[in-house]
Amino acid sequence: MKVLLSGNEAIAYGAYAAGVKIASGYPGTPSTEILETLAKYDQIDSSWAPNEKVALEIGMGASLAGTRTIVTMKHVGLNVAAGPLFTLAYTGVNGGLVIINADDPSMHSSQNEQDNRYYAKSAKVPMLEPSDSQEAAWLVDEGLKISERFDIPVILRTTTRINHSKSLVDVDIERAESRREYEKDIQKYVMIPAHARQRRNNLEQRLEALAEFSEEFPGNRVEWGSRSIGFIADGVSYQYVKEVFPEASVLKITMVHPLPKRLISDFVEQIEKVIVVEELDPFIEDQLKAWGLPVVGKRLIPGIGELNPETIRAGVMGDADTLARLAAADDIPGRPPMMCAGCSHRGVFYILKKMKLMVAGDIGCYTLGVMPPLEAMDTCFCMGASIGNAMGFQKATGRKDVVAVIGDSTFMHSGITPLIDVVYNKGIATVIILDNRTTAMTGRQDHPGTGKTLKGDAGVEVDIEKLVRALGVASVQVVDPYDLKAARAAITEEISKDEPSVIIFRRVCLLAEKVLAVPLMVIDECDSCKACMQLGCPALSWEADRARIEPSQCNGCDVCGQICKAGAIVKYEQADQGAGI
Amino acid sequence: MSNEVRNVLIVGVGGQGIILAADILANVLVSAEYDVKMAEIHGMSQRGGSVNTMVRFGNKVYSPVVEKGQADYMLSFEKLEALRWSDYLKPGGTIIMNDETLNPLPVLLGRAEYPGDIEEQIIAKGINLITVNATAMAEESGSPRAANIVLLGCLASLMPLGKDIWHAAIERRVPPKTVEINKNAFETGFARISERAAADEALI
Repeated sequence: MKVLLSGNEAIAYGAYAAGVKIASGYPGTPSTEILETLAKYDQIDSSWAPNEKVALEIGMGASLAGTRTIVTMKHVGLNVAAGPLFTLAYTGVNGGLVIINADDPSMHSSQNEQDNRYYAKSAKVPMLEPSDSQEAAWLVDEGLKISERFDIPVILRTTTRINHSKSLVDVDIERAESRREYEKDIQKYVMIPAHARQRRNNLEQRLEALAEFSEEFPGNRVEWGSRSIGFIADGVSYQYVKEVFPEASVLKITMVHPLPKRLISDFVEQIEKVIVVEELDPFIEDQLKAWGLPVVGKRLIPGIGELNPETIRAGVMGDADTLARLAAADDIPGRPPMMCAGCSHRGVFYILKKMKLMVAGDIGCYTLGVMPPLEAMDTCFCMGASIGNAMGFQKATGRKDVVAVIGDSTFMHSGITPLIDVVYNKGIATVIILDNRTTAMTGRQDHPGTGKTLKGDAGVEVDIEKLVRALGVASVQVVDPYDLKAARAAITEEISKDEPSVIIFRRVCLLAEKVLAVPLMVIDECDSCKACMQLGCPALSWEADRARIEPSQCNGCDVCGQICKAGAIVKYEQADQGAGI
Repeated sequence: MSNEVRNVLIVGVGGQGIILAADILANVLVSAEYDVKMAEIHGMSQRGGSVNTMVRFGNKVYSPVVEKGQADYMLSFEKLEALRWSDYLKPGGTIIMNDETLNPLPVLLGRAEYPGDIEEQIIAKGINLITVNATAMAEESGSPRAANIVLLGCLASLMPLGKDIWHAAIERRVPPKTVEINKNAFETGFARISERAAADEALI
């Protein structure tokens, strides 16, 4: 039976069918739904790790024990997991190990659009790229087999269009059974320099064997058509090329590292003009040119952002006007994402803006605090960066009005070690932890701070307050972010101190627990001062000469009520009494 | 079955039930034995951003993404989003637009104006525009939240597929308690466009 599955659902199904028993990862768009789907299979132990490095290390342990394993993450997650990855290539595996890596060209939900195909080359591991959901499912199985046969971890690289597009997948495959025994082998698994040097040589032999395998791998294949023009394409780009140039010859690359040199050379030789179509960097093109093959690529095809059939057609035809038109913005008012009405982060950013502090930001829903009208953030780089950023800035300037703002899940991911540094190296920055009891931005996943596992079991919650005290932070406050007066008092107090301090603003994310009060409304006392419009709340709008609150949107957090000096924002019931209804 | 690939866009604002609607459509098309692909961008959709889904079907579909100027139909859950994505319609294509206005952040802040001539702009592009009040129609059917299914009903009346497979797909995809409401919503949407077509014919 064939059913429509997203790339992520297909990967989960592929992992199930291939007999995977252990799965770990950290949420990150566009990869998150893989583990969420896998969690539904009882036979698989799937779990959220606090970060991608830990996830991969769990995967290594499980593989070592002889179990088929997958580890999932978004592209920037592999930066975090790069430490173990490079050495894992040396040791190799026991049970098959596939790392699912989801790139995000066009940065739909990311801070950069790095091309992670380079990781395969620099870490010296094979990489597979699916072009649709059926291939995604198949390549999990193939990847595990390649991993076991060549004693190496395999990266399965997807892009947003593969993860979040749906296509038909055959779901009649029976779950495979696979189990290997663990044998202690210190030369292979204990990477002291003497052992590592041996494994380094051995790795080159494995790569040579993989290069030979790539020549015969059925995923790398030629679909012959016209010999006057031919395309070499990987991932979703293959689909676009087939769509736009149905008559052309196409060499589909599914194993992008190591590349099949003979297959490619033979193809290029038989075609008059060969164009490499790949998203982001000229990864394939550069290798082909290094081999002396006469191909073109990025001279025609854009290297920034996602491709689509139109950009490929215009690029190949040399239609610069169309490419410029496609890249241009229209004048229709944009609809950027924003913090929800009643979001517990909004009031904190309002105060930070009013206090004109230097705010080192981090990755999560609260990064939306940078959007107008709040614009209360100075930096956002990567997971956990806020605390180190604040520490460095504070040390360099001597300023005390420097704060780091980080969410609870991001703090668990990589906020703890920089906080240790703040204490250890006598920093005085104030760290604000916005604890909304979930990983909100990726769709509300649990984490060690909630104690609830991916499978839904309750467990021990990491007590953030006790944790930061144990790290040596003496000045710790827990404050309700809906209480603006208390929030301002806490921030004012903590930034004045010559010691590290932590303020935990705690409120459960509205998306997780929609338990709010009566909506608010604006009454005739409104003096049109527009103070409330500085909050950027989607429930608030400016109509003619006064503010208006859309009752169906308002969650009654009363943050706007606290900043209205005219007392014109009241609960519905009060308004009704006042009007004598 | 011809080799022609048909394209449908379903667009709107995060939280309007767009992805569910696209999912039901895609599953209906699978039941009708088409090759189907569906693309969606929903990275930050829970935060009130613009959401678009694309459904393509035919004998063999390669790209999951629709090109501009190639869409046969578009369902828009909100007026500004209809305008935003209208370049994807082919000349003579049809937009079924929910008569609903949701102000985006720049408009809420008074930094941009919500266009007042969306209908005119769309019609000027040579697109057939059908405006329906799907939210009100959904309320009549039992729940304002079923506006997405009302719009699907509108679309279904323009597509040559049996009603039974639509009903079956709705049954499979919506919560069991809401099946009847959603089926009513579907029928309300279906009837609205059929009646309109009948009225148009009567005029000729």
